[in-house]
Amino acid sequence: MDWSGIFSDATRTGLGINAAVYALAAVGLNLQFGYTGLWNFGQAGFLLVGAYGTAIAVNSWGLWLGWAVLVGIGAAVLLGLILGVPTLRLRADYLAIVTISAAEILRITANSTSVQSVTGGPQGIPGFANWFFDHNPIPKGRYGFGRITYTHRDLWVILVSWTLVVLASLLVALLVKSPWGRVVRAIREDEDAVRSLGKNVFAYKMQSLVLGGVIGAIGGIMLVIDRQFVEPNQFESAITFFAFAAVILGGAGTIWGPILGAIAFWFLVEGSQSFLRQAVSHDFLGSSHVLTSTQVGPVRFVLVGLLIMLLVIFRPQGFLGSRREVMVGD
Amino acid sequence: MTSPESESSPILVVNDITRSFGGLLAVAVEHLEIPRHRITALIGPNGAGKTTFFNVLTGFDRAGTGTWIFDGVDISGWPAYRIAQQGMVRTFQLTKALAGMTVYDNMLLAAPRQTGERILIAPLRFPWRAREAIVRQRAIALLEDFGLRAMQHEFAGTLSGGQRKLLEMARALMTEPQLLMFDEPMAGVNPALVQSLLDHVKRLRDDGLTIVFVEHDMDVVMSIADRVVCLAEGKVIAEGPPRDIVADPHVIEAYLGHRRTPIS
Repeated sequence: MDWSGIFSDATRTGLGINAAVYALAAVGLNLQFGYTGLWNFGQAGFLLVGAYGTAIAVNSWGLWLGWAVLVGIGAAVLLGLILGVPTLRLRADYLAIVTISAAEILRITANSTSVQSVTGGPQGIPGFANWFFDHNPIPKGRYGFGRITYTHRDLWVILVSWTLVVLASLLVALLVKSPWGRVVRAIREDEDAVRSLGKNVFAYKMQSLVLGGVIGAIGGIMLVIDRQFVEPNQFESAITFFAFAAVILGGAGTIWGPILGAIAFWFLVEGSQSFLRQAVSHDFLGSSHVLTSTQVGPVRFVLVGLLIMLLVIFRPQGFLGSRREVMVGD
Repeated sequence: MTSPESESSPILVVNDITRSFGGLLAVAVEHLEIPRHRITALIGPNGAGKTTFFNVLTGFDRAGTGTWIFDGVDISGWPAYRIAQQGMVRTFQLTKALAGMTVYDNMLLAAPRQTGERILIAPLRFPWRAREAIVRQRAIALLEDFGLRAMQHEFAGTLSGGQRKLLEMARALMTEPQLLMFDEPMAGVNPALVQSLLDHVKRLRDDGLTIVFVEHDMDVVMSIADRVVCLAEGKVIAEGPPRDIVADPHVIEAYLGHRRTPIS
């Protein structure tokens, strides 16, 4: 077994573009779920509207990529408002149902041939981020250390994405440590108490939903900029659940938890894939009798799921959460 | 006409409030005035509609009909948070301590006019620092007053039932209210703490606040209420000084039921 190969595969992916995209999705979700207690099960929908908004603005309207990104963000704001107005006054579970449905409706609609002229339908929209790659300041070559290297192109996307992750987290940190953050944390605990103290709970929940959605949308935008391609299948509901996994792994309601969670999640996914592949090809512990190489893809998620279950059982507060805060109840 | 701020005018005037659940008329209060700077107890047998009435007045439930004027302002049908901002602040029968937050944060949360609560200003810090310092001072003074200073950095969820009631009271005061509405403030409180809570309530009145509270324990009502309102089947059946109310035949009947046949 090539353990160092497994480790470098895992690390390369753990620090790669997917991890950064999921980190953004998780940072947004953490604001909504971890701090405000909003069950947004449609984070994938926010990534989708950000990505499609950007791609369509370049492709159909001929906008400069910078303006197009603002269109994508605007689309996420609009989605937050549309989902929030009818649901945020109701019980928490309504938001969960409406958001997951909305995300699926958006994905299926984008896939529909009836809007193919705009969204490209199942074929998607290719090649709208040339401007981004034309302005890559990093000279051609491979960068990194040891076996963990990236091309100049990947490094450029990764650096920009992780910078956005850090900026989004700093914004969230400043917000949650302010009186605004005090109000949203209180809403998470008991919104009637907050109402009785003269705070407009609906407005705070809306702000949190929209801002968390926008942060997720930025993740979606970076995802499709990296691929130079947008298609509906990039926005399956699984994204939302993986982002939830990242939040819970790292510690809901902590500043750096979701980032650490996203890195750990992709490290584990890639690490277990690399491990299983090698195990099967070297017949490690007779594994080739149990597993074929094509089964490795799905089985790695079973492994990751098991690891997350163990973590939630033995460390429910995640890597960075406070156990006391999780354990204190009414 | 008297000005709304007039010392002798009632702080809250209620007219024709009804609230029904399906066919059941839970509240039907024709007219009620809550006197300023007094402690008014709201009593009545179980199911008399006391809590529903409370919920309607404070915006936590919707009235079928009716108007209620608070300090000269018609607040009928306003959302709960605006009623609280107006100065009419309630607590709950089952305390709503924000368990996962510290006692201190519970207090700071409640302060009004916090610029730092606006999302666009919050990340900047400097516009709200000064206000935050004042809020902190006030919170610490109130915690000191209510004997919770030692628990300041504990999670509210670790407090005992009585301490939570104290925290809820102190927290309600952070909002700078004029009228405090306590829903069963003594329920579930250790008897040793009851006296301390009662003293706090009396002192709040002496400091110029108006208090309305729902209570079952007649000893408590007799010892601190200046005025008692008795509800039964959603209606006000008697109001007046505590001594008159306990002797009122309507009240006795509401609690004990009709006398069917004279005892021979």
